[in-house]
Amino acid sequence: MKRGRTGFTSVLLCSYIERGTQMDWYPLYNSLRIAAVSCIIVFFSGIFAAYYVVRLPRLIKGMLDVLLTLPLVLPPTVVGYFLILLLGPGHPIGAWFMSVFSIKLVMTWYSGIFAASVVSFPLMYRTARGAFESFDETLAYSGQTLGLPNTYIFWRIRMPACRQGILAGAVLSFARALGEYGATSMIAGYIPGRTATISTTVYQLWRTDNDNLAFKWVMVNLAISATVLLAVNMLEKKKTERWAVK
Amino acid sequence: MSLSVNIVKTLGTFTLAVSFESNDGILGFLGASGTGKSMTLRCIAGIEKPDSGRIILDGVTLFDSEKHINLPPQERHVGYLFQNFALFPNMTVRQNILSGLYRQKDAVQKKKILEDMIGMLSLQGLENYYPSQLSGGQQQRAAVARILVSRPNLLLLDEPFSALDSFLREQMQAQLADVLRVFDKKVILVTHSRDEAYQLCSNLALLDNGHILRIGGTKELFADPGSRQGAVLTGCKNIADARKTGENEVEVPAWGVRFTTVQPVRDGLKAIGIRAHYFNPKSGANHYPISLVEEIEEPFAWVITFAYTGQNPDSPPVWWRIPKDRRTEVIPGELGVAPQNILLLYE
Repeated sequence: MKRGRTGFTSVLLCSYIERGTQMDWYPLYNSLRIAAVSCIIVFFSGIFAAYYVVRLPRLIKGMLDVLLTLPLVLPPTVVGYFLILLLGPGHPIGAWFMSVFSIKLVMTWYSGIFAASVVSFPLMYRTARGAFESFDETLAYSGQTLGLPNTYIFWRIRMPACRQGILAGAVLSFARALGEYGATSMIAGYIPGRTATISTTVYQLWRTDNDNLAFKWVMVNLAISATVLLAVNMLEKKKTERWAVK
Repeated sequence: MSLSVNIVKTLGTFTLAVSFESNDGILGFLGASGTGKSMTLRCIAGIEKPDSGRIILDGVTLFDSEKHINLPPQERHVGYLFQNFALFPNMTVRQNILSGLYRQKDAVQKKKILEDMIGMLSLQGLENYYPSQLSGGQQQRAAVARILVSRPNLLLLDEPFSALDSFLREQMQAQLADVLRVFDKKVILVTHSRDEAYQLCSNLALLDNGHILRIGGTKELFADPGSRQGAVLTGCKNIADARKTGENEVEVPAWGVRFTTVQPVRDGLKAIGIRAHYFNPKSGANHYPISLVEEIEEPFAWVITFAYTGQNPDSPPVWWRIPKDRRTEVIPGELGVAPQNILLLYE
């Protein structure tokens, strides 16, 4: 075992592993709540970004599109670096939150939410945008001429018509948030029982030669991801049958 | 009860500039594709914003570029029947119609209007179907029902029959005409079919390249379209350059003939038009020898193309359409046209 390292984290880590071979389920709980919260954030922000970007003039649209899609292609560590620049205790937003609310934005369980949201946002945004772009605008126009308010048209007509793309986007972002590692490890670190997520746990377990436990977590992660995708497929099938062409 | 429209809108190289007034009844917009018919409707409904101008419906200003008035579509009370009917795919027929009753808050009243409309457009039994489960004709009836329950002051029909197959088209035309009579709405119908325009519209506007060529009573327009494009739009097959040679006489150089007319010929005559079914071997007037070019069989008529004896060989043959029961075995050597059937075209 690579136990030669010293320092607070290592000590914590060692005591964690020595506590026993039975699994501590905290990383599962933490991963799920981070993925769930960031999925909700990204669901709404991605949809609204997509809805407004589709309507912009071409030049601004192109530029904004690059900016909003960038986290998808940047290495997660770069995203993590940017997040630390913004949220770290010595940096603008982090310092403000610290002085006004006495809240630390990095190295806490919810730091993972920031990382997961930024990294999974482009998936939601791009799939929602694709769905909105293929939406038949005459449906919205006919709603308007019938006197329906724009919010009604958005939630009752546009969203259901685009549900396939939007649902796909939400699932992809959830899955991506669940698997987020790079930015999370930079901004939330790995503190067992506090900021540990499945992906950071797998890495730490492997690094410390605890392959058996790492393998168990890998299986857990696989099971969750497969279940989510399967559930969506079934849901999707049911819905399309209802509106099916005869 | 009136509609007054005077708008300009530029889209790339295309400029739409239409100005018209309309009172009760069905006004038809007849024109080829891309002449700005649908764009005009969209501007009236508030889906598109004109660059400048004014739209006033029953005394209410819907749009006025000078006064900076541009009512949202929701406040215009203008119903719009789209070409694809635009039924909401995630809602049943009942829910679709109820969406047109959004403003009606009284639940009892709402139910009554819904039931009445379902009966009127014979949608009974289809209430719980989704649009994708309906035929084209049923979709159209559901879409019309949805619009009518929203009580529009003006109804815009954008090529309402183009999505239906021709078999269904005539049936739906008759049905829509009945429904519109009962509701007595002011209606604008956009179409590129002169049959539809003739059957459904009391008044007609001929559109070409973004402006109105002529507007007037449908029958008068068909009898006297006034311009080349107007003659083409109303289905005139034979159009040829012509010049005035007398108070009631014109010469058609390409055909090598002179025709007498009933209408006095004004200066500035550019061309004449003769509809394909107006030729008559028995007519005493405007009688000239012809030679047969080709015979084309249609389901209920023959099209006989011919050339006048003195016709310029470069000019296309003339069309004569004759119902099958009136056709004789031998094509006559001479054909005449009644003087009232010569269309005088000035543009």
